[in-house]
Amino acid sequence: MTEMVVPKAARPRPRVRGAAEEPAWVRWSLIAACILFMAAFLVIPLAAVFTEALRKGVQAYLASFTEPDALSALRLTLLVAAIAVPLNLVFGLAASWALAKFEFRGRSILITLIDLPFAVSPVIAGLIYVLLFGMQGWLGPWLAEHDIRIIFAVPGIVLATLFVTFPFVARELIPLMQEQGTEDEVAALTLGASGWQTFRRVTLPNVRWALLYGVILCNARAMGEFGAVSVVSGHIRGHTNTLPLHVEILYNEYNFVAAFATASLLTLLALVTLVLKAIVERRARAVACGEERPR
Amino acid sequence: MLPGFGLTLGYTVLYLSLIVLLPLAALLARSAAIGWSEFWAAATSPRVLASYRLTFGASLAAAAVNSVFGFITAWVLVRYQFPGKRAVDALVDLPFALPTAVSGIALTTVYSQSGWIGRWLEPLGVKAAFSPLGVTLALTFIGLPFVVRTLQPALADLDAELEEAAASLGASRWKTFTRVLLPPLWPPLLTGFSLAFARAIGEYGSVVFISGNLPMRTEITSLLIISKLEQYDYAGAAAIAVVMLVVSFLLLLLINLTQWWSIRRCQGGFAG
Repeated sequence: MTEMVVPKAARPRPRVRGAAEEPAWVRWSLIAACILFMAAFLVIPLAAVFTEALRKGVQAYLASFTEPDALSALRLTLLVAAIAVPLNLVFGLAASWALAKFEFRGRSILITLIDLPFAVSPVIAGLIYVLLFGMQGWLGPWLAEHDIRIIFAVPGIVLATLFVTFPFVARELIPLMQEQGTEDEVAALTLGASGWQTFRRVTLPNVRWALLYGVILCNARAMGEFGAVSVVSGHIRGHTNTLPLHVEILYNEYNFVAAFATASLLTLLALVTLVLKAIVERRARAVACGEERPR
Repeated sequence: MLPGFGLTLGYTVLYLSLIVLLPLAALLARSAAIGWSEFWAAATSPRVLASYRLTFGASLAAAAVNSVFGFITAWVLVRYQFPGKRAVDALVDLPFALPTAVSGIALTTVYSQSGWIGRWLEPLGVKAAFSPLGVTLALTFIGLPFVVRTLQPALADLDAELEEAAASLGASRWKTFTRVLLPPLWPPLLTGFSLAFARAIGEYGSVVFISGNLPMRTEITSLLIISKLEQYDYAGAAAIAVVMLVVSFLLLLLINLTQWWSIRRCQGGFAG
């Protein structure tokens, strides 16, 4: 038996494996096609941002950042992210607790509704707030009477950003928390922990990488959002201009060096996001594969 | 049972309603208030129809390009080893991470007449920037990650024994590819295509710079909504937005259906 099986398994193996592979010329042309495509669409535009930004030298590049309008755009971008990210983080935690740890009717509809903002065009995301709070909007006259400005002001920018970054944290947490089940939490509760303690000491550590992942993506989008913010901002220099809007204004004024200098800042943010994302993904995978859950 | 259900569910529903559902309802109410004939006139004027043609046509073309090159990229990243592979893999997500305004001005610079790529296309009589082709290029850029990222796990899950069996039974490599490897990859490919298409029809930031924004020729629907708003034509903007929203939701439904289809396919495969 064994004498028959061994050569049979050993000999044809290399031949079969060779046949289950493409010829070298096919392999290398596919790799070349992939790299050319990536170069034309990703690498060359990326390089163009920095080349254009440095076209008139480092001095001119750095000068773009000390301009008051640029600084106020940077401040506003940081402010908006500092409000939108924590709010969506708290929402993500609450939503994932309710949706992943409990079974109830309408649960799957709720999960679909949370994903809804991803299906809505950014311009429409801005438009809906204009229709609600703008001068001709539903609440516009009332707001004007009480001297509250939402559209063409910071609150509108925050609302539009909240909308476009709405699902990021929740959609990372819900599937993971569902997979983890409720055993750990129930154990903690039986051992006498309070609900809050259980959440902080058991649930949060269990989902920390997914949470971080969601926050990183949410932050990148919050700082980089253009379409939705552009509709509600009114483009008031020094007041309602975020960094992406500042890029647009400078570009349309043919101030290319300053436009690309500001763009390079946002590009660095994107590259840092990609690196962090890769690190967190690797950590999350290591946790999922390596750490056998103690019984 | 665990505590906190009422509190967290209540907060979820409240926050969802305030940020997402009520504002969307305001849009629907606004367009319902203008009356059917006016709605129809606003949503189907010649300039709007031209923008639909461009937006949907360019989005379809971009999603098709992404299906081909996204397939190649996913295939290469899952199956081959080559220097720089990890960098390529990380770069695939760049269009997600890069603010759209930045991609817009970067692509315009590269593909304009004097740009690094545009100058080679110019002698060939190809005008990339400020043309429908430019719109397609920008939409290809922003849709790039979807096909790659939906295909990668599906490709990695393919059973190596199946193709080895096909090869040992005498099938050529091409036949193995089309008959054995490709069939289970159709659902994820379709999902990736629809995701890229759905993202493209709503895109604004990366397109407005490269398109040139000529009415009737290179004006996308998102931009038209903004110009209606700037003219304080709220009803007109709402009407177009509702059309786009309905299309997006139908696409979302289609995407969920294809995912459901692929799960069922895969379960059926395991059962049989």
